Amino acid sequence: MTTTAYAARADTRSDAPLLSVRDLQVTFQRRGEEPFHAVDGVSFDVRPGQTVGLVGESGCGKSVTSLAIMGLLPRRGNRISGTVDFDGTDLLSLSDGQMRDRRGKDIAMVFQDPLSSLNPVVPVGIQVTEVLERHRGMNRKAAMPMAADLLKRVGIPDPDRRIKDYPHQMSGGMRQRALIAIALACAPRLLIADEPTTALDVTIQAQILALLKELVEDTGTALIMITHDLGVVAGLCDEVNVLYGGKIVERGPRHPIFRTPRHPYTNGLLGSIPRLDAAGERLTPIPGSVADNLPWDHACAFAPRCSQPIAVCTQTTPELETTGDRALRCHNPVEDPR
Amino acid sequence: MSNSDENPKKSLFSRYGDRRKARIDELAAMSAPRTAPAPVPVGAGGPAEDLTVHESGTIEEKPGVSLWQSAWHRLRRNPVFLLGLTITVVFILVAIFAPWIAPKDPLQGYLIDKVRPQSNPIPGPEPGFPLGADHLGRDLMSRLIAGSRQTLIVGVLATLGGFAGGLLLGTLAGAFGGWVDSLVMRAVDVMLSIPSLVLALSIGALAARPSQWTLIIAIAVVQVPIFARLLRGSMLAQRSSDHVLAAQALGIRRSAIVTRHMLPNAMGPVIVQATLALAVSIIDAASLSFIGLGNPDQRIPEWGAMLGQSQRFIYDNPHLAYYPAICIIIVALGFTLMGESLREALDPKTRR
Repeated sequence: MTTTAYAARADTRSDAPLLSVRDLQVTFQRRGEEPFHAVDGVSFDVRPGQTVGLVGESGCGKSVTSLAIMGLLPRRGNRISGTVDFDGTDLLSLSDGQMRDRRGKDIAMVFQDPLSSLNPVVPVGIQVTEVLERHRGMNRKAAMPMAADLLKRVGIPDPDRRIKDYPHQMSGGMRQRALIAIALACAPRLLIADEPTTALDVTIQAQILALLKELVEDTGTALIMITHDLGVVAGLCDEVNVLYGGKIVERGPRHPIFRTPRHPYTNGLLGSIPRLDAAGERLTPIPGSVADNLPWDHACAFAPRCSQPIAVCTQTTPELETTGDRALRCHNPVEDPR
Repeated sequence: MSNSDENPKKSLFSRYGDRRKARIDELAAMSAPRTAPAPVPVGAGGPAEDLTVHESGTIEEKPGVSLWQSAWHRLRRNPVFLLGLTITVVFILVAIFAPWIAPKDPLQGYLIDKVRPQSNPIPGPEPGFPLGADHLGRDLMSRLIAGSRQTLIVGVLATLGGFAGGLLLGTLAGAFGGWVDSLVMRAVDVMLSIPSLVLALSIGALAARPSQWTLIIAIAVVQVPIFARLLRGSMLAQRSSDHVLAAQALGIRRSAIVTRHMLPNAMGPVIVQATLALAVSIIDAASLSFIGLGNPDQRIPEWGAMLGQSQRFIYDNPHLAYYPAICIIIVALGFTLMGESLREALDPKTRR
């Protein structure tokens, strides 16, 4: 039953975007404080079966973007504007109840820390069946074999026994597999993975990435991969969006981005990765931190940390300019990468 | 923590309330690290290339130890806990089997012939009556044993009542937040600012005809705000936890999130508090009976009431007061020792 549900969507890749985020803006407003634009006019498309990466360091707005798409940001204290068009419906205009019916069914999410994302007092199997009961209207008895099947599918050995385990009885990698099984239980069309490998060992990271890749290819699920790890991007993503200070600063297909990064920030991220073939060379980290940002209003937020700022960088906001399949927001792009 | 220094104008009552609130919040904070990582065994997770791994039992992995399990491991060797447990178990057994354990009928005045209202109002010990009798010639030993039953009934029912009320209010406040939370918690604050015994006394005195039930209700009402505040605190900690966010991301209904994902995880400190509340209930029940707000039927033995009646004879026969007082102290101590060591064992900060 599961297998057919998955296989049905294997060949639905098309050019019409499944998810189309337009000018998404999330503003946190605390009483008596300056409003803070966590996400500032982000637009991107995800086509069925495509894997899109959102890359950036902590605080660049990638997680807030995903929570906004999921409708999981708290109501109070923030403003969300723009549109999030999912298969013809603007998710931002849906009511809480309508959104709740979609979450877990059409769009699912995998979180960073697999231990704290599972309910510690409920067996893993029940947490899988809970979703099936909720969205498929199955009763628990009927959902159990399907849950075992899902656990098997994500590579958990002996699922019939494991289904009764509590999260603390599983290893980190298995927990993340279980979370993926839960997220994929209702065969969502879009999966958002928010740094799914950050809390795991390197060996397990590779396994989880391979698993995600395989599942996405099998089922035709579109995937938004949120990460700060360019290695993950290189292995998985079709298209990469680099975020900085709540805006997209560079976008392009995976290979061109890696081969010829145009934005100094992307270039800096790539320069921060140790390379085997450049032994002896010093790493070139990006100086400073997100706290040094300028406001985007009349400048490029990245200018204070940029390796090659020019006068105009602190005077006008750069626009996102599209050339072919790449887009760039920079006054003084990198000519000679790295 | 205490606000008393900042605001010297605060009344004695409100300072008292602040201290209690701080204590309750401290207990509530325990629930957050309930998801503290259990020791993670190394080397697991099946190979990713092969999505359908069939070989069972190929993965060596010892199940991790849950918080309650590891707490039990430590409690087993904790003499304080064992002492508290022993007292509690003995007390409960005595209370349940009181009619069979008591050597004599606690209601019958066997030694009424020996009571001399002027010269010797209290018959002393004699064969068959190891502790002597009371002013109506009833066997003191049997009355003490039979009295345990009243104490247990009142203590347990009052604590259960307070637990139920606190569960309802705390869940409401913690699950909904916003104005519901504010409303419930301000009411709770008002109740907490009144010393518990004074509050219980007032409620008990409201009843037209005091009975065992008014006593239970009075003490239960006093326990409600403590449980409510405690549960609300740990519910709030759960509300912002990752697994609740994950459940929301799956579109789970709000009622299911509250009952299945938040409540069970928030119960730890509340259960510990219930053990401690039992001790308080027992003492409060004895206090109210002492001043005559308990069961009006004086024939039924009850430790607090026995203590109260003994006051008339305390100069010549202080033992009449000693025995029920010692019983109350020991039982309350038993519950307190058990509750405190349970709390310590479940507190991740003191885990060794």
